[in-house]
Amino acid sequence: MNADTHVDHHDSHADEPAHGSLRSYLTGFFLSVVLTVIPFWLVMGDVLSSKQATALVIMAFAVVQIIVHMIFFLHMNPRSENGWTLMALLFTLVLVGITLSGSLWVMYHLNANMVLDPGMSQMP
Amino acid sequence: MFAQSSFLKLVFGRLTFDAFPIHEPILVVTFLGVATGGIAVVGAITYFKLWGYLWREWFTSVDHKRIGVMYMVLGIVMLLRGFADALMMRMQQAMSFGDSQGFLPAHHYDQIFTAHGVIMIFFVAMPLVTGLMNFVVPLQIGARDVSFPFLNNFSFWMTVGGGVLVMMSLFVGEFARTGWLAYPPLSGIAYSPDVGMDYYIWGLQVAGVGTTLSGINLIATIVKLRAPGMLMMRMPVFTWTALCTNILIVASFPVLTAVLVLLSLDRYVGTDFFTNDFGGNPMMYVNLIWIWGHPEVYILVLPVFGIYSEVAATFSGKSLFGYTSMVYATVCITILSYLVWLHHFFTMGSGASVNSFFGITTMIISIPTGAKIFNWLFTMYRGRIRFELPMMWTVAFMLTFVIGGMTGVMLAVPPADFVLHNSLFLVAHFHNVIIGGVVFGVFAGISYWFPKAFGFKLDRFWGLMSFWFWVVGFYFAFMPLYVLGFMGVTRRLRHFDDPSLQIWTFIAAFGAVLIFLGILSFLVQIFVSIRNREALRDLTGDPWNGRTLEWSTSSPPPAYNFAFTPLVHDLDAWWDMKKHGYRRPLEGFKPIHMPRNTGAGVILSAIAVVFGFAMVWYIWWLAALSFVVLVLTAIIHTFNYDRDFYFPKEDVVQAEGERTRLLAAQA
Repeated sequence: MNADTHVDHHDSHADEPAHGSLRSYLTGFFLSVVLTVIPFWLVMGDVLSSKQATALVIMAFAVVQIIVHMIFFLHMNPRSENGWTLMALLFTLVLVGITLSGSLWVMYHLNANMVLDPGMSQMP
Repeated sequence: MFAQSSFLKLVFGRLTFDAFPIHEPILVVTFLGVATGGIAVVGAITYFKLWGYLWREWFTSVDHKRIGVMYMVLGIVMLLRGFADALMMRMQQAMSFGDSQGFLPAHHYDQIFTAHGVIMIFFVAMPLVTGLMNFVVPLQIGARDVSFPFLNNFSFWMTVGGGVLVMMSLFVGEFARTGWLAYPPLSGIAYSPDVGMDYYIWGLQVAGVGTTLSGINLIATIVKLRAPGMLMMRMPVFTWTALCTNILIVASFPVLTAVLVLLSLDRYVGTDFFTNDFGGNPMMYVNLIWIWGHPEVYILVLPVFGIYSEVAATFSGKSLFGYTSMVYATVCITILSYLVWLHHFFTMGSGASVNSFFGITTMIISIPTGAKIFNWLFTMYRGRIRFELPMMWTVAFMLTFVIGGMTGVMLAVPPADFVLHNSLFLVAHFHNVIIGGVVFGVFAGISYWFPKAFGFKLDRFWGLMSFWFWVVGFYFAFMPLYVLGFMGVTRRLRHFDDPSLQIWTFIAAFGAVLIFLGILSFLVQIFVSIRNREALRDLTGDPWNGRTLEWSTSSPPPAYNFAFTPLVHDLDAWWDMKKHGYRRPLEGFKPIHMPRNTGAGVILSAIAVVFGFAMVWYIWWLAALSFVVLVLTAIIHTFNYDRDFYFPKEDVVQAEGERTRLLAAQA
């Protein structure tokens, strides 16, 4: 009752999540190095024949890299901060998804009512 | 000669004596007015020896209540500037018919409508809304301050810094002539080579830092600092809307920052993101800026929905009707506000599938908003309504906002939008929702929480004057614009050829004058209330018989807000405490851990202004220097470990004893 003050919580760090161990940091470091080196190798060694495939693979590695950072360096898991971090992550993903897919859709559609392309003016 | 000019260029960039508009009579008179006023204020502060007091107690304060009040002062001061622009535009449009060219040259008129939009959104509406959230949210959740008190002070001063840059453009150089969202290619270097656009960019970037950080701060506060027992579904509705608003801020302002960075790169280093040539695409700017811009309007309106909810419940003497649906409606609007941005550019080329998708999502938003209106109506239904000022504003809002909402749904129909796009109908619509929604809400909030902030109520007579002038003035000013919009008159026109339209712009100008009287009455109201403060004094801390926790402490609240953190058992926590015979604890006080004031926020923001100014005028050495100093100052501040202290127990005992005595004298 009448808990003294929440300001005091800042001193004690009692309710804060764990800051990770040396082992988890090293694992994260190792994984992110590997995930960085492989894309470099793909580009510099001209490993894949098609440029598009290379780009897609690099993007896939980037996504995995993000996840590695979130787990090992930001210490995110479904339970941290009573699930607030997970919810914030999902919200961010939804918004980024809306922004990216929406922008692509909108931008590719913007000339639908334009008659700039000579071919289009021939259409019925 | 040549060597001298290149030396001057090195030192002053493109800043020359021509930048000072001594050849523009309107600006010279304005400058004299501002300078006289400024000297009077500075002189008065010096005469009454208030500099030390202001610096120690206000400018460097990390107290969320004082920062909230400073945000409100900033918003009201900038309202005067933004409204002066509005009056000039309305006068110009009322005069400039046929042979008459009015009194504003095109070059100046274009700056005025741009400055009006930028100032009203970024430096009036945003500070007023942020100020109310800053003041009220920690009190409503039973916290002693926000999560990061210094960050709060820094955020405020960055907002001020952005405002200073925008105001500077009035007398040093000029402002953008591009409209408030500055679409390229017009805002690109090819068509706007002057400093106006750069003032726009750096003003918004500096202020944007403040807005984003204050968003993060308030989210952390609401998530982490709620009093024990205050579950999410026991939070006051205003706190809920503040949470959603700040989530919107944090999610959308980075988009604005990024798009302005891309535009700056186009302007400063010659990239081609938004140019017409070399693969650039101006439409990408329009697309991105509305991904920020649409959530922005909900950033403004969601908190005032919260204000109306608090006011409607308090002055009807009932708990809010449909609390749960209100919360879910707010959350729905938060998500949906990200799915509608294209309705701002239906006419820009996309086909039927895209337009109908965004038209339908736009119409869907009106459903949760409509649910809110019904909730407020049902809250009032069979309530014992007290028509105090906040309640009057709320009723005026409900009537006015419904009109704005319906014209909004009209604009959401793509075929209708093809007719109404960029017309005065649109101008009337968004003023209808922003004035009828945000401004009325801010006035409701000011008159509702003013006694909490200062310990006395606002004068009712002058409040009513302000209310009626504003409401009637709004209808006179904007209903004619709906009519003109239907006739096909486009926005931002400086001159009209058809004399039969003049009657409508004349009525609109008359409305603007009424609103001017409303603003004056508001200032008189503040002045009269301060003069009569003893008669208007409230000693209970709960002048309206309130329902939420901010009314449980004294007015004005002590620096530490609550001597003991309240325990929450129900929704409307203070109402619940009063119902169950809550008794203030009279002993057992302890020293209270508090953050210490710091001047770092003021200093950092001042350096940021110098940096922005140097970037605007291409003074590269100063830009580099100020940027380095900015980063260094921020790093040095992190070594300031003298950032907290204990509010002594004796002072707590004394303050609480004083309150006990006052309460006893009341009873």
